[in-house]
Amino acid sequence: MNRIDQRFAELKAAGRTGLIPFITAGDPAPEATVPVMHALVRAGADVIELGMPFSEPMADGPVIQHANERALARGVGLSDVLEMVRAFRANDATTPVLLMGYLNPVEIRGYARFAAEAVAAGVDGTLIVDCPVEEGDTLMPLREAGLRQILLAAPTTAPGRMARLCEAAEGFLYYVSFAGITGAARLSVDDIAERVSQIRAAAKAPVAVGFGVRDAASAKAIGAFADAVVIGSALVDTLDGAASADEAATRAHDFLAPVRQALDAG
Amino acid sequence: MQMQAMATLNVDDFYAYPDEHGRFGPYGGVFVAETLMAPLAELTEAYERLSRDPEFIAELDRDLQHYVGRPSPIYHAERLSREVGGAQILFKREDLNHTGAHKINNTVGQALLARHMGKPRVIAETGAGQHGVATATVAARLGLKCVVYMGATDIERQKINVYRMKLLGAEVVPVTSGSKTLKDALNEAMRDWVTNVADTFYVIGTVAGPHPYPKMVRDFNAIVGREARAQMLEQYGQLPDAVTACVGGGSNAMGIFHAFLNDRDVRLVGAEAAGDGMDTGRHAASLAAGRPGVLHGNRTYVLCDDDGQITETHSVSAGLDYPGVGPEHAFLKDAGRAEYVGVSDDEALQAFHRIARTEGILAALESSHAIAQAIKLARDMPRDAYVLCNLSGRGDKDVHTIAAREGVQV
Ligand SMILES: Cc1ncc(COP(=O)(O)O)c(C=O)c1O
Repeated sequence: MNRIDQRFAELKAAGRTGLIPFITAGDPAPEATVPVMHALVRAGADVIELGMPFSEPMADGPVIQHANERALARGVGLSDVLEMVRAFRANDATTPVLLMGYLNPVEIRGYARFAAEAVAAGVDGTLIVDCPVEEGDTLMPLREAGLRQILLAAPTTAPGRMARLCEAAEGFLYYVSFAGITGAARLSVDDIAERVSQIRAAAKAPVAVGFGVRDAASAKAIGAFADAVVIGSALVDTLDGAASADEAATRAHDFLAPVRQALDAG
Repeated sequence: MQMQAMATLNVDDFYAYPDEHGRFGPYGGVFVAETLMAPLAELTEAYERLSRDPEFIAELDRDLQHYVGRPSPIYHAERLSREVGGAQILFKREDLNHTGAHKINNTVGQALLARHMGKPRVIAETGAGQHGVATATVAARLGLKCVVYMGATDIERQKINVYRMKLLGAEVVPVTSGSKTLKDALNEAMRDWVTNVADTFYVIGTVAGPHPYPKMVRDFNAIVGREARAQMLEQYGQLPDAVTACVGGGSNAMGIFHAFLNDRDVRLVGAEAAGDGMDTGRHAASLAAGRPGVLHGNRTYVLCDDDGQITETHSVSAGLDYPGVGPEHAFLKDAGRAEYVGVSDDEALQAFHRIARTEGILAALESSHAIAQAIKLARDMPRDAYVLCNLSGRGDKDVHTIAAREGVQV
């Protein structure tokens, strides 16, 4: 069974809200990524979303843009990202890993090759931001290799299209809480509660909510009506400037642990 | 010597593209984040409807005639042609348009669309600043709020245009991410759009971006080729033997090529920026030296490394300094219908000076690339042949750059 599906089944059985931290691979330093991933798991992460650095992160705000720039400046490429996942898997066989990124690096590597390498490294799914469901055929080799294709849904998504996304959803459906880029502070919990509930009723997969979740309080508020919450920019910002891999791991743990506690306090 | 392009696609009718998904064969499409799918669908619907609406068409025609100053003439560069000693060189004078470049053909159209769609705010990216000026101009005229994103590097080398935009009431936002040039301005404009979709119309300045932009911007600029084709028949009784244009994102080139696509005897040649030279790697020749990839919402030729990271480009001309290119050009290249060649900074500057002194025209540095290519082509062609060159813009904006390069204090 795919680890993402497995994990969401476990969450459902336990009646818990999933917690999905996002970090950019190679930031704040290439050697910090694997220790940070383990620290996030110790702090209660259910799925790790790992950003593949790209030179044109069009959907990202300044915090994640700079993380991409820092990682690229340290020479982190797709091979390094896959190597990080492989290294993580050596000590963690169960936590799902989702690679998030943009299409061009995958296209240039070749879809079939990327799919095979990602599966071999222990990746469980991909979220390609600039590949909407209409262009889904592009990612068929990834799907066929068993990588769950995480789709985005947004406040601007029209009803008919939302039905299509709910139907096509696999792994989980990622609902973007507001129209904007990552890291903006525009979260309005009341506005999205009803929409998320409707989507959960229709979607063939669990629904995670991201964008604007920045701490224990906002995670808890969203977790009240979502299957999982994604927390990204605030974590990436916390890691920025860590002097060592150990320090980054400590910061990651201390950031995420209270979020987990808040979610579990129901 | 006729350079034989390698045709890997077989195309019967070039006017059958793009298809309803915005595809030009394998190129084009809609590669954007989910949040933008709805505004793009809304734009596609509005464009398809209004571009067939006789009232909208009449309104656009009126603006093009009375505000832009169309039609622009084709001008026989007689002294230059005599000096070169080959084919007759003709310029399509887009430099004579209001605001000094072809860019206004597109912004007049998109601003009318924005008004019809009830969007009070327009945003744009700009490289050379010509598109920014053209957007600020039409926004002022229609009373729309205007924000222009421009790379910090380009702000430095196109100061005059930055000030022009401010005089026109636009806000110019410097972009300091990445290489601080056109591609980064486009990223930032996309981020603005995704954040302000409800009230904002994104006026893209070239035939790139997600569908419907490559088609829409081409259609708005296609008047250049339509006029030129009719002017050739009327004034010279024949079609040109070759047509040249510079290619940044590719809007002036698509504009003039489009009317000739099914005239297979007319050779179409796009001049890309070869910067310091194709073999130095410091250039912006996406078609001549790039590979198929996905950038800014469409599949096209891009300049990137083996890891898929977009590489920095180099050109003396800010308007050509872009690592992608409109998807229809990628399609024309693969179909063997158009050829794309690199013209270096030095060659463009030589052409700039040459037509300044033989024809009394200061051409934009972008357009100077096309002129250099026209001269190269004409040299090897008979005297009774015609090379039609799109003189896409005037060079006033580049005077400081040229002076600085040549060590002259202005
Ligand atoms: C005069 C002129 N020509 C050409 C270009 C290049 O753009 P495109 O390739 O879209 O025509 C620009 C862009 O700023 C320009 O100002």
